[in-house]
Amino acid sequence: MTTVTAPPAARPAAPTTTPKARRRSPMAWIREHTLLAVTVVIFVFMLLPNAVILWMSFNRPVGKFDYVWHQFSLDAWLNPCANNEMCHSIGLSLQIGVVATIVATILGTMIAFAMVRYRFKARSGVNALLFLPMAAPEVVMGATLAALFFNTIGPGGLGFWTITIAHVMFCVSYVVVTVKSRLAGMDPTLERAAQDLYATPAQTFRHVTLPLVAPGIAAAALLAFALSVDDYIITVFTAGNLETFPMYIWGSVQRAYPAQIDVIGSLMLLGTMAVIALSQIVGRARTARR
Amino acid sequence: MSSNDVLGRTEGGDLRLVGLTKRYGSFTAVDDLDLTVPQGSFFALLGASGCGKTTTLRMVSGLEEPTIGQIFLGDEDVTDRKPYRRPVNTVFQNYALFPHLDIYENVAFGLRRRGRKDVRKPVEEMLDLVELGHLAKRKPNQLSGGQQQRIALARALINQPQVLLLDEPLGALDLKLRRQMQIELKRIQLEVGLTFVHVTHDQEEAMTMADTIAVMNAGRIEQMGSPAELYENPRTTFVANFLGQSNLIPGTVEGVTGETATISAHGQRLTLDAARCPVTSGPVILGVRPEKVQIALSAEEVPAGSNQLAGGVVLDTSFIGVSTQYLVKLPSGEEISVFEQNTGREIQRPGAEVVVFWDPSQGFGLEGGQDIEAGADIEEVAA
Repeated sequence: MTTVTAPPAARPAAPTTTPKARRRSPMAWIREHTLLAVTVVIFVFMLLPNAVILWMSFNRPVGKFDYVWHQFSLDAWLNPCANNEMCHSIGLSLQIGVVATIVATILGTMIAFAMVRYRFKARSGVNALLFLPMAAPEVVMGATLAALFFNTIGPGGLGFWTITIAHVMFCVSYVVVTVKSRLAGMDPTLERAAQDLYATPAQTFRHVTLPLVAPGIAAAALLAFALSVDDYIITVFTAGNLETFPMYIWGSVQRAYPAQIDVIGSLMLLGTMAVIALSQIVGRARTARR
Repeated sequence: MSSNDVLGRTEGGDLRLVGLTKRYGSFTAVDDLDLTVPQGSFFALLGASGCGKTTTLRMVSGLEEPTIGQIFLGDEDVTDRKPYRRPVNTVFQNYALFPHLDIYENVAFGLRRRGRKDVRKPVEEMLDLVELGHLAKRKPNQLSGGQQQRIALARALINQPQVLLLDEPLGALDLKLRRQMQIELKRIQLEVGLTFVHVTHDQEEAMTMADTIAVMNAGRIEQMGSPAELYENPRTTFVANFLGQSNLIPGTVEGVTGETATISAHGQRLTLDAARCPVTSGPVILGVRPEKVQIALSAEEVPAGSNQLAGGVVLDTSFIGVSTQYLVKLPSGEEISVFEQNTGREIQRPGAEVVVFWDPSQGFGLEGGQDIEAGADIEEVAA
């Protein structure tokens, strides 16, 4: 064993003068602020249409077309239903959305459980079929559905229920995918532990499985509702004489464009933001309480 | 060989497995298992991964159905009872605490499912038993591994099951915490007096806690007994190698005179207690634990009456602190391992010529013709 001598630590000479605060080059300034600039540009790009809608909703309704700014006014906000047709279409869209969401969420959740929990013969086949409504072009699906309804219940039967059935059909796929991923991420021993702790299968589902999968189901329901309220193409093919909100807006481009459309758009925007903000506040309060 | 008689207990609440078999297709996970776990005992099922111990446990809990065989709790046949109808609870390997419920509700879960309204007192008592009463309002993911482990235990114990099953309960903890929890578990078991069935691949864990250990291999029980019994008198090479280490020397029984069996191995004469020798003639395997073997520099140093193997050369020396481990190569090519306690004796370097010897009463005999390596490397793979 040789003796090891630690080399004397190189001691930096004590600075005799304090170094001058270095002048920062303009390049450094640009480097540091590029990210900020790009971020601002992207946000403006994404939010500008929303801002325009909000701004235009305060336009004074004068004629049929309110594309151009006339004058500031609260008229549109005070009378959002001045145009009866429009409000009727919103009501219809919301009704269809609620029914389709409930049916699709229940069906899709059950399908998701079956797909994750059981190994059956046609499992991979069913999986592919479920994916079809998401992959197929909407125009094709809409046309197919129209042909189906024409040949079964006849053109007179088109209306609320045919739209709802069509919406359930494409929403189910999204619900299945969303719930499935949540279920697949769940530890299977939790359910075994529940059974081991005297929970019957029904109690296990109610007290363990459902609360754990609930966030997935809620997300799926929201997605389904948004998809249903928003859908235009498939709805047109199955609506018959009815007019949903997206159909109304589309049609209104030709007939009339009242400022109230911007009011509804703004309300939807603000509503969504409120929901997001609320969930953030609740989540933060929950973490703080612990 | 029922161990009831040994413990002098009645058969009242014993767990009995009768001809229990589980097959998955052509693979037999548990093979015709007969086992009695006396009421109130701490019983360990010890074996490498894939030996069928966890499957056995899950059949007892009801989470797995046996292919053939019966499970009795006391006199009652519970084979066909659903898991939620059995007075059996499990501490799962990954704890399986319900992440959406707080600690209090996790512990109260079993009582609530059986319709008990007033759960406050038992839950608080149980949390005190595991010394975590102050964490009642936390969620499981805010607890450390050791704390979660204790909550899992409390959640099972609160139901006062006839049998508590522990599935590798300490596997996820680090070494220091594991030691601590071993002592804790043993304390709790003595305090509550319930039957604990503990599944583990860690022989040290099984030896520390269990009253009785059953060593499992390939779906069968190789040997069952108290830790000391298994260690001192293994009956198969698998047990000899899996539970601690053994030097196994194949030889032939020359004859038995009185209480001594004489064995010849590699041309040397060795002796063994006749009571510990399973055969009276023919091939035999003589076993001796490394810590019972000593080394000497010459034959003169060896005390009279010892078994000795001369002409060894030290192959490897590892100084551990408390002991020194030697690997000695004999002229026959066999390698003998020796653990010498650190008593200040001079340490032999590799290359030194030595004689290995041991007290004949410390050896054990195994039936000849077994695979000498059986069970030797398994633990490393499993760990």
